[in-house]
Amino acid sequence: MSTATLEPRVHAPRNYLNADYGWKSWLFTLDHKRIALLYLVSITFFFIVGGSFAVLMRIQLVDPQGAIVQPETYNKLFTLHGVVMIFFFLIPSIPAVLGNFLVPLMVGARDLAFPKLNLLSWYIYIVGGLFTLYSTIAGGVDTGWTFYTPYSSTYSNTQVTAVAVGVFITGFSSILTGLNFIVTIHKMRAPGLTWFRMPLFLWAMYATSIIMVLGTPVLAITIFLLALEHLFHVGIFSPALGGDPLLFQHLFWFYSHPAVYIMILPAMGVVSEIIACFSRKRIFGYKIVAFSSVAIAVLGFLVWGHHMFVTGQSVYAGIIFSLLSFLVAIPSAIKVFNWTATLYKGSISFDAPMLYAMGFIGLFTMGGLTGLFLASLATDVHLNGTYFVVAHFHYIMVGGAVMGYLGGIHFWWPKISGRKYPNGWAALAAAIIFIGFNLTFFPQFVLGYLGMPRRYAFYPAEFQVLNVMSSAGATVLGVGYLIPLIYLFWSMRYGPIAEPNPWGATGLEWQTPSPPPTENFSKIPVVTEEAYAYAEQEAGHE
Amino acid sequence: MSHIVVPQKTYIYIFLTLIGLTALTTGVAYVDLGPFNTVVALAIAFSKMLLVILFFMNVRNSSGLIRIIIVAAFFWFALLIAFTMSDYRTRTWTPAPDSWSSAPPTHP
Repeated sequence: MSTATLEPRVHAPRNYLNADYGWKSWLFTLDHKRIALLYLVSITFFFIVGGSFAVLMRIQLVDPQGAIVQPETYNKLFTLHGVVMIFFFLIPSIPAVLGNFLVPLMVGARDLAFPKLNLLSWYIYIVGGLFTLYSTIAGGVDTGWTFYTPYSSTYSNTQVTAVAVGVFITGFSSILTGLNFIVTIHKMRAPGLTWFRMPLFLWAMYATSIIMVLGTPVLAITIFLLALEHLFHVGIFSPALGGDPLLFQHLFWFYSHPAVYIMILPAMGVVSEIIACFSRKRIFGYKIVAFSSVAIAVLGFLVWGHHMFVTGQSVYAGIIFSLLSFLVAIPSAIKVFNWTATLYKGSISFDAPMLYAMGFIGLFTMGGLTGLFLASLATDVHLNGTYFVVAHFHYIMVGGAVMGYLGGIHFWWPKISGRKYPNGWAALAAAIIFIGFNLTFFPQFVLGYLGMPRRYAFYPAEFQVLNVMSSAGATVLGVGYLIPLIYLFWSMRYGPIAEPNPWGATGLEWQTPSPPPTENFSKIPVVTEEAYAYAEQEAGHE
Repeated sequence: MSHIVVPQKTYIYIFLTLIGLTALTTGVAYVDLGPFNTVVALAIAFSKMLLVILFFMNVRNSSGLIRIIIVAAFFWFALLIAFTMSDYRTRTWTPAPDSWSSAPPTHP
């Protein structure tokens, strides 16, 4: 073991990382694992870009009069923060990085069904990202990430079209990834890997892929119509041209609300894997947790109108959307209760991935429950458009999706890199992120309840204490995100060599070396047991 | 699953039919059919869509799974239309209060 640590390059067996060298071997690779790493680097870049906008916003809001930028610039900051974080970080995060890396390994296949399509999806993502970066340099956009009409189509004189084209292009990347996962899960499962033997991460990726394939084209069409109106004044959304602005919101949210589930469902899949491994138990109620992913994917498509309660949407439609929004809470709650029940009498260990998973459960629950306030027709009238909404969706999308993503990265990092990271630092980072996150966003619930509207560059002085708390929390959160970046990077060269299954986890991905060979498995595995057979594993050891 | 080879002439016939239907769409646009203007245009569009799906996308010879996915896509589209219409069709059920003037606002 120690000899291998000292001379890894001499003795390292052939794997996907050392199979070939040079930039061409990366940019023209068809290996799903290498494409996953291309995505990892790309989305980390966009996370830093999107995070930088957030840093500037939080500095601005330290002072009630606005500390550093003019309102026009502030409008661009929150717009680009939203666009970059949602379309270029959160949506591709777990599917494109962990999904690409793990789906073939978990189903016991040598690659995804369409490797060339997989590489194409990364290139499409990059082209979309470049358009958006160009628009930032060329002056930015100030519509908010939601591009609401008629402001975006008629009045805004910023780079609406360039950003819209960027989002339009990157949507196709998402569709191709989803398509690849659906076909792979249907057609390429190893012998014996029946649907109800699949790890819940695969169920989550499957449900996510359905949303990606069925929802994203609607976003593409909506953006196309927006560009049509913006450039050629065809009356679709603008009342001045005979259109209806609420039509834009219907079409936009038909995709963009399910998009929240594109972010959170994969994180739920990650958490299921981690909870089972670190409590050494099969997930309580496996089938109901699997079906709850599909239920969230389906019901998630029917709730978009809750974004429009105060826009002039019919109150009768509002009642239906409110009811359905409450219903989608049920499968989400099933997951939380079942994870908790899994912990009961489990042999729990609190390694870093588990800390992130526990953080996810707490923060997601708060995000979910505050969502019920917004799904209620009456309370939404008070809370809509305030910082309460900002806090709510950050609890879901950052507290939930990013915690899940980081938990997954920490769980599978030994498999991805073949190296271990320092567990103490990782646990410290998880704690800092949890504290920093709550310090940043909990005050925003209070601010919103007290009536502070979102998207303003200045505010009444009475809100300063809570805003300063939030900005201070953002600093802590930033440090928390920086620490994993440092030690994971460090571990790639100096970390101890990881054995094939450092956590003693079940699942096919742990039955191949770390890092895996290019072909994943020397022989296609045959599955003979249920997922999460930890009880059988323990019995085998005794 | 056996692979069915579709004769090339089938694709040519379908292509010509699609061109013919496009010409028909254009021709019908010059005839005022009253309330049937939209109905006829949509009927022609629907026929063209069916031809593309069944022949060019080869769904006619595809497995049940592929057909389910096609149906699911239409079902999803139907959801989009149905729930959007639930707004448009019921907006006027509750009339605006008398105090809401329809006159344009006057600027000071």
